[in-house]
Amino acid sequence: MNTRELTYVKAFNEGMHQIMAEDPDVFLIGEDVAGYGGVFHMFDGLLTAYGDRRVKDTPIAEQAIIGVGVGAAARGLRPVCDLMFMDFIGVAMDQIFNQAAKMKYMFGGAVSVPLTITTAGGAGMSAAAQHSQSLEAWLAHIPGLKVAMPASPYDAKGLIVGAIRDDNPVIVVLNKKMLGVKGPVPEELYAIPLGVANVVQEGDDVTIVAIGRMVLEATKAAQALGEEGISAEVIDPRTVQPLDIDTIVTSAKKTNRVLIVHEAVQFGGIGAEISSQVQESAFDYLDAPVTRLAAPFAPVPYAPILENAYIPDAARIAAAARQLVERS
Amino acid sequence: MTETLAPNVTYGPPEGYAAGVTRELVLDLHRRMVRIRMFEESAGKLVESGDMPGFLHLYVGQEAVAAGVMSVLDDVDQITSTHRGHGHAIAKGAEFRPMFAELYGKTTGYCKGRGGSMHIVDMNRGMLGANAIVGGGIPIAIGAAFAAQYRGDGSVAASFFGDGATNIGAFHESVNMAAVWDLPVLFICENNGYAEFTAQGNHMRLDDIAERANSYGIPGVVVDGMDALAVRAVAKVAVDRAKRGEGPTLIEAKTYRYFDHQGIKGMRIPYRDPAEVEAWKERDAIRLLEVIGTERGLVRPEDFAATWAQTETDIADAIEFARSSPDPDPADILDDVYTV
Repeated sequence: MNTRELTYVKAFNEGMHQIMAEDPDVFLIGEDVAGYGGVFHMFDGLLTAYGDRRVKDTPIAEQAIIGVGVGAAARGLRPVCDLMFMDFIGVAMDQIFNQAAKMKYMFGGAVSVPLTITTAGGAGMSAAAQHSQSLEAWLAHIPGLKVAMPASPYDAKGLIVGAIRDDNPVIVVLNKKMLGVKGPVPEELYAIPLGVANVVQEGDDVTIVAIGRMVLEATKAAQALGEEGISAEVIDPRTVQPLDIDTIVTSAKKTNRVLIVHEAVQFGGIGAEISSQVQESAFDYLDAPVTRLAAPFAPVPYAPILENAYIPDAARIAAAARQLVERS
Repeated sequence: MTETLAPNVTYGPPEGYAAGVTRELVLDLHRRMVRIRMFEESAGKLVESGDMPGFLHLYVGQEAVAAGVMSVLDDVDQITSTHRGHGHAIAKGAEFRPMFAELYGKTTGYCKGRGGSMHIVDMNRGMLGANAIVGGGIPIAIGAAFAAQYRGDGSVAASFFGDGATNIGAFHESVNMAAVWDLPVLFICENNGYAEFTAQGNHMRLDDIAERANSYGIPGVVVDGMDALAVRAVAKVAVDRAKRGEGPTLIEAKTYRYFDHQGIKGMRIPYRDPAEVEAWKERDAIRLLEVIGTERGLVRPEDFAATWAQTETDIADAIEFARSSPDPDPADILDDVYTV
């Protein structure tokens, strides 16, 4: 494949263009997605390329936006419904967790809901408590939903295509602080299957499982640790539902130490689930308790100094990994 | 009914709506309503006796609404329903056997025993699902209407909901979006006067919910929900409008729920006047249609009686089918969480 450097948001945008060119059943609705191209430029050029039948601005009405997606998906189309900021998902939650997620099961398999919801999560931009959250654990808790969290330009393109081709409701959570991050992206259309983790970097001494943007911080931490002679393996689950626990457990059995990092609050976060499953499957291999590094149990604060203290970073990840290694 | 100043609202069916009514139409509407009533009364008794699990929100009293609307829809037209959904399913053509089997929680049920009373679905008949969240089906209906418009297939969608659901945000978001996009959808408000146990006067300021159409720039129609012919007439106007690409209509059918919000036992607390219940029963939809049919010389009483008798036979057959059907296997409990 012919590969070149693209930003995260451009890679996502290219995936949207290519999947809409490929499949006439794919359409996009949301607030300001058409004329404006989305507030993060995720959808630039789609209106021009595919017209106002397939790319539509909506009223500010998140329940109806998702409802259109649920009903149209149940009728066999492949809707992409954008919710702009992940924090707005609460407004639409009934349609997501009671309707989209459950229709297949409670209707005895009679219907599939190939719905994709796009949104932007994550903190670090002084956007405060209602524009910065990471709510993936909330969604991953609901049987019937899938949750993808691309952590590179390559994944931003591959996971949006994988999500749209998937026959289930999938929430694709872009990280808004990663929009300008560059990386290699193939020109061709490709899909990343949901539920396959990415071993970002191999290592022997400690496993760092990182979610979303924390993959970047964990990779930086792994570099620093490497200079100290500590070999860290960095795993990006890519999707938190389904969760590729096998890859994580295999790594845990090799390194015997596991650190989990996410920017969602620690209590009840996806790290708790990963930790629990690792201990159930690899207890005898562990040289130290599975450890979590995540946000404190508070809303995301506004002031930069507070927000920096709130989100894990490479230095704190390295320190936590170092402690794990030094413990045994 | 009197005119108000609401500019988009009309009251009652079009003039002469009952002219040209045929024997076939009367028998068709009558059959749909009788099948609903007998199903509901049988199901209610089976739950009350403990023979069948779950709890039921019975549709008895409101039959003319489902029958009237469904008589102008085809299988390709999609509906979304409510927790009180048996009547919509039956009027749309759902069969007794898989319905009873679903209520009994059997593998032969519409949902293989996964859904029960509040989640009956029949994709072959355009029944896109009952829904246990008040207002939850309304956004889904506009999605079905969007799919129809997107494909240009000429079908329409209809969403049924009660007076209580018009206070929830999903209703307002959906009607507005359908209006903005001229979606081919009918919003059918079955105003039975009560949001569960709370009377309309205690949950909204309006007498006529159809006036809410004014907020969204679409037509609203108030119709007698005990008169299946009247409901059919206004639904026909709305379907034709939708198919012309002119967008949605809000229809308010004034009707009444004979039983409580849930179950068949009658009122646990006197939240409504028994005299009110009796007054509505005086205008019973099935009897009203039988009177029209016989007075006009279209249908003989024995023809109506034959429908009641046939329905009774069909119900006995379906209950036996359901009882003798296999239970689901707990080993399959994870099936159909996802499409794989």
